[in-house]
Amino acid sequence: MAGRFQRLGEAGRRSVSIWVDGEPVHALEGDTLMVAMLNHGDHLRRSEFDPSARAGFCLMGACQDCWVRTEEGARLRACSTPVQENMKILTSRLEGTWAELT
Amino acid sequence: MGGADVDSAGPATPRVVVVGAGPAGVRCAETLVKAGIRPVVVDEGRRSGGQIYRRQPENFTRPYAALYGSEAAKAESIHRTFDSLLEHIDYMPETLIWNIADNHVYTVCGNRQRALAYDALILCTGATDRLMPVKGWQLAGTFSLGGAQVALKSQACAVGSRVVFMGTGALLYLVAAQYAAAGATVAAVLDTSALWRRVAALPKLLAQPRALWKGMLLTASLYRARVPVYFGIRPVAIEGSDDSGVAAVSFRDSMGKTRTLACDAVAMGYHLRPENQLADLARCEFRFDQPTRQWLPLADRDGRSSIDDVYLAGDGARILGADGAEASGELAALAALEDSGARVDSSRMDSLRRKLVKLQRFARGLNQAFPWPAAFAAELVDDTIVCRCEAIRVGELRATLSVTGSREVNRTKAFSRVGMGRCQGRYCGNAAAEIIASDGGVAIEEAGRLRAQAPVKPLPVALEKDS
Repeated sequence: MAGRFQRLGEAGRRSVSIWVDGEPVHALEGDTLMVAMLNHGDHLRRSEFDPSARAGFCLMGACQDCWVRTEEGARLRACSTPVQENMKILTSRLEGTWAELT
Repeated sequence: MGGADVDSAGPATPRVVVVGAGPAGVRCAETLVKAGIRPVVVDEGRRSGGQIYRRQPENFTRPYAALYGSEAAKAESIHRTFDSLLEHIDYMPETLIWNIADNHVYTVCGNRQRALAYDALILCTGATDRLMPVKGWQLAGTFSLGGAQVALKSQACAVGSRVVFMGTGALLYLVAAQYAAAGATVAAVLDTSALWRRVAALPKLLAQPRALWKGMLLTASLYRARVPVYFGIRPVAIEGSDDSGVAAVSFRDSMGKTRTLACDAVAMGYHLRPENQLADLARCEFRFDQPTRQWLPLADRDGRSSIDDVYLAGDGARILGADGAEASGELAALAALEDSGARVDSSRMDSLRRKLVKLQRFARGLNQAFPWPAAFAAELVDDTIVCRCEAIRVGELRATLSVTGSREVNRTKAFSRVGMGRCQGRYCGNAAAEIIASDGGVAIEEAGRLRAQAPVKPLPVALEKDS
């Protein structure tokens, strides 16, 4: 899976390792979670209302399209959360949907 | 939070809360500090600067000129000013005000919540991108224009390896030019506004000759970078797949010919819309602004709202851009000081007012040159998603209008859920109102205004009281 975002500089930063759905993801100190995840893969989550993959939209905390969660279940807005060493992120939903309940 | 407890400030010093630390909030706080007041500055951002002068993280090294181009000096001045204020204000970064009631703002930072009393509240809440849906805009790889700029400015990333910029407005050219200059591949700039509109708007645009000249230089830089620029286009669809996201954009050019451009990202925006949920919760009156076809909180020329003690500045009040935000932030602070009985420099207020009149004229020119394409709403095909949050299609919204007879946005929201998702109508609200107006045969202002609801953004379920 190719990265969606392209780095255009600031490559000399210290490396940070995080885990996304159990996979190691290489990030740089100062990256947001969104930037780390989208330099590694092409989406952040799946929509709970249609089949589309989502990769965020506004990057300024207004649209809430970039929600992911920690293994402990805390919801994070990927666009405004800086990466931290050894962060463990899940992209799956915690909540059920009506379609899954029937 | 460090610093003084704002609730215990003496009665002689008014408790002033400034919301936002962009150009308006910074100049506002600076003016209050100069007058001997210690304001609380609440900002959602992690660092000051707002969106337009957004700061990169501390360990990034790009110089101001690379980040902000012709506006580098202004950006640096805003940042330095705010840094110099830090010991004279109570600064609450990464903090959301989620409600306002009874002269208190209710804040949340992480999972800590707090209520702050105020004697004066100055809202410098800024703006977000104004969007018109297009078929396929829910696909991964579609970003708002402002979002694409944030990726570059604050994270040194392009949102894709081949980016199409689509929409209209000055920001369209600015962000495309910034991408090209930073080494990103700009597949094309697709402007829905015809070129003749720019010529017709010249008399108004000449109110700010320097800004007009900078706009021309930006456009020239795109031609030098061999970026194809199309004027007067009609978006047809963002194409791609649910799994892998954006693969192409199709559009009709000004001659009516349908073209398709391969790309893996689209940055889209039609100028800006004010973030004015807090003004609404503070019970400020709104008025419909006919030229931009959106609702703005009512404010006098100095930024006094219809509610005593509530002041409005920056793009959240009127979309005048960063220079207007600086001027209106300072002016609103002076108005608040004047109302509290302090002596203020009336000639300074006059000069700020004159500046804002010129900027208002320029903004009208921009609006004439790059109009919101209201007519597109009626032409949206039924299977276009209008609400990205909950994947509600235009056809479902139209069916709701037809079955319920509703012609008002809040009632239509209750029936259709358009405007009820995670973004709370920020990105579908303008278009939904246009669809209601065109389908329902009512004037856009009769379709009304989506009411803000607390919390203005989603909150964590468990909050602890911050003592």
